Amino acid sequence: MTGVRVLVGTRKGAFVLTSDGRRQQWDVSGPHFAGWEIYHVNGSPADPNRLYASQSSGWFGQQIQRSDDGGRTWEPVGNKFEYEGTPGTHQWFDGTPHPWEFARVWHLEPSTTDPDVVYAGVEDAALFRTTDGGQIWHELPILRNHPSAPSWQPGAGGMCLHTIKLDPTDPGRMYVAISAAGAFRTDDAGATWRPINRGLRSQGIPDEDAEVGHCVHRLAMHPSRPDTLFMQKHWDVMRTDDAGESWHEVSGDLPTDFGFAIDVHAHEPETVYVVPIKSDSEHFPMDGKLRVYRSRTGGDEWEPLTDGLPQENCYVNVLRDAMAVDTLDECGVYFGTTGGQVYASADAGDTWAPIVRYLPPVLSVEVQTLP
Amino acid sequence: MIRVVLPYHLRNLARVDGEVHLRVDGEPTQRAVLDALEGEYPVLRGTIRDQVTQQRRAFVRFFACEQDLSHEPPDTPLPEAVAKGTEPFLIVGAMAGG
Repeated sequence: MTGVRVLVGTRKGAFVLTSDGRRQQWDVSGPHFAGWEIYHVNGSPADPNRLYASQSSGWFGQQIQRSDDGGRTWEPVGNKFEYEGTPGTHQWFDGTPHPWEFARVWHLEPSTTDPDVVYAGVEDAALFRTTDGGQIWHELPILRNHPSAPSWQPGAGGMCLHTIKLDPTDPGRMYVAISAAGAFRTDDAGATWRPINRGLRSQGIPDEDAEVGHCVHRLAMHPSRPDTLFMQKHWDVMRTDDAGESWHEVSGDLPTDFGFAIDVHAHEPETVYVVPIKSDSEHFPMDGKLRVYRSRTGGDEWEPLTDGLPQENCYVNVLRDAMAVDTLDECGVYFGTTGGQVYASADAGDTWAPIVRYLPPVLSVEVQTLP
Repeated sequence: MIRVVLPYHLRNLARVDGEVHLRVDGEPTQRAVLDALEGEYPVLRGTIRDQVTQQRRAFVRFFACEQDLSHEPPDTPLPEAVAKGTEPFLIVGAMAGG
């Protein structure tokens, strides 16, 4: 029977949550890699039993784990992430040049067609790729050698490449996003890259319309419309319909346009989800009410979704990689919180219920729809 | 044989219980012991020292015979008691964090 598998990365391990297509009863497996930070767990679209997990620790560094049986067993694979050539420098918080230093893998994006091919977005910002199932990782260095790179600066969470979007219709095209440099696109599988930030305006940088320097929090794309991207920026929800050549704001009537997570309905490319967060500094839901906002018009007009979500005394955050959708007939939407809850909606956001309530802070949520 | 005590998370990663016993050719030094350890347990590469620079990770320490050997040059011979296997070489994760 069709089902779903929710892959949850937390501050203290990974969890695998499974259910049948009704999405009412859940089996919880974990913690896997207990005590380690799991920034991301993701599955191969080409082989749903092939999973990859980024396991890291401030003490013992980076590991990459691979499962070939849907998360029941795991094996460590390659963990050497060496920048290509002389790493060079980027700007440090105080404006001085700072050498590129590998810290951790934030995001793993498996190829849509080959389970052995995976892209890894890392801190300090760079893009790596494996073609042998994770044993050996090579940097795609052209991105980090972009002329603007010495001017890139870390955001508060570090200078991370956190979003990778692969165009399912064009193997050469890929989008990435870096905090706090902005969004970039390649049309030739990484041989050349260019910033795609025209239309972004950010008040926290000297030139509000700069080519790079924007704190992009997350990109979302519907696979049927790879030229249309939605962006949750530090402030502003943005949209492009020309593969990033130009962006326009679609924050519309949101109560605040700050947030981290953003995603698109599996079957309705104009239906978008965000979780508005109060900022600066607080980074929790406004008025203590956890509300997902849904637009059915591709932005601008947003409705709060509250049924089943706490509407008082809620002060959690929803991080950038912690929202996902399944592809069942009635689209399921999922998100995790820094309070350790993973919420699921089996009706496209109309109603919500927690799958789990007491996990460690949730860093990432991915969903696999199983045959 | 050199006796090595790993911290909890690295024992889990290497899938070992208790001490690790290593054969080290030549005079045992910090570098020789870590080379032998990583050769026996490749999963530990990068967890104790950086794979590129070979620098000890900041929150890892090396103790033996009630001494902190963390700041010793990596090619300094280890204490005789470690070399003879009467005392273990301790790899320790800093006690910190939430």
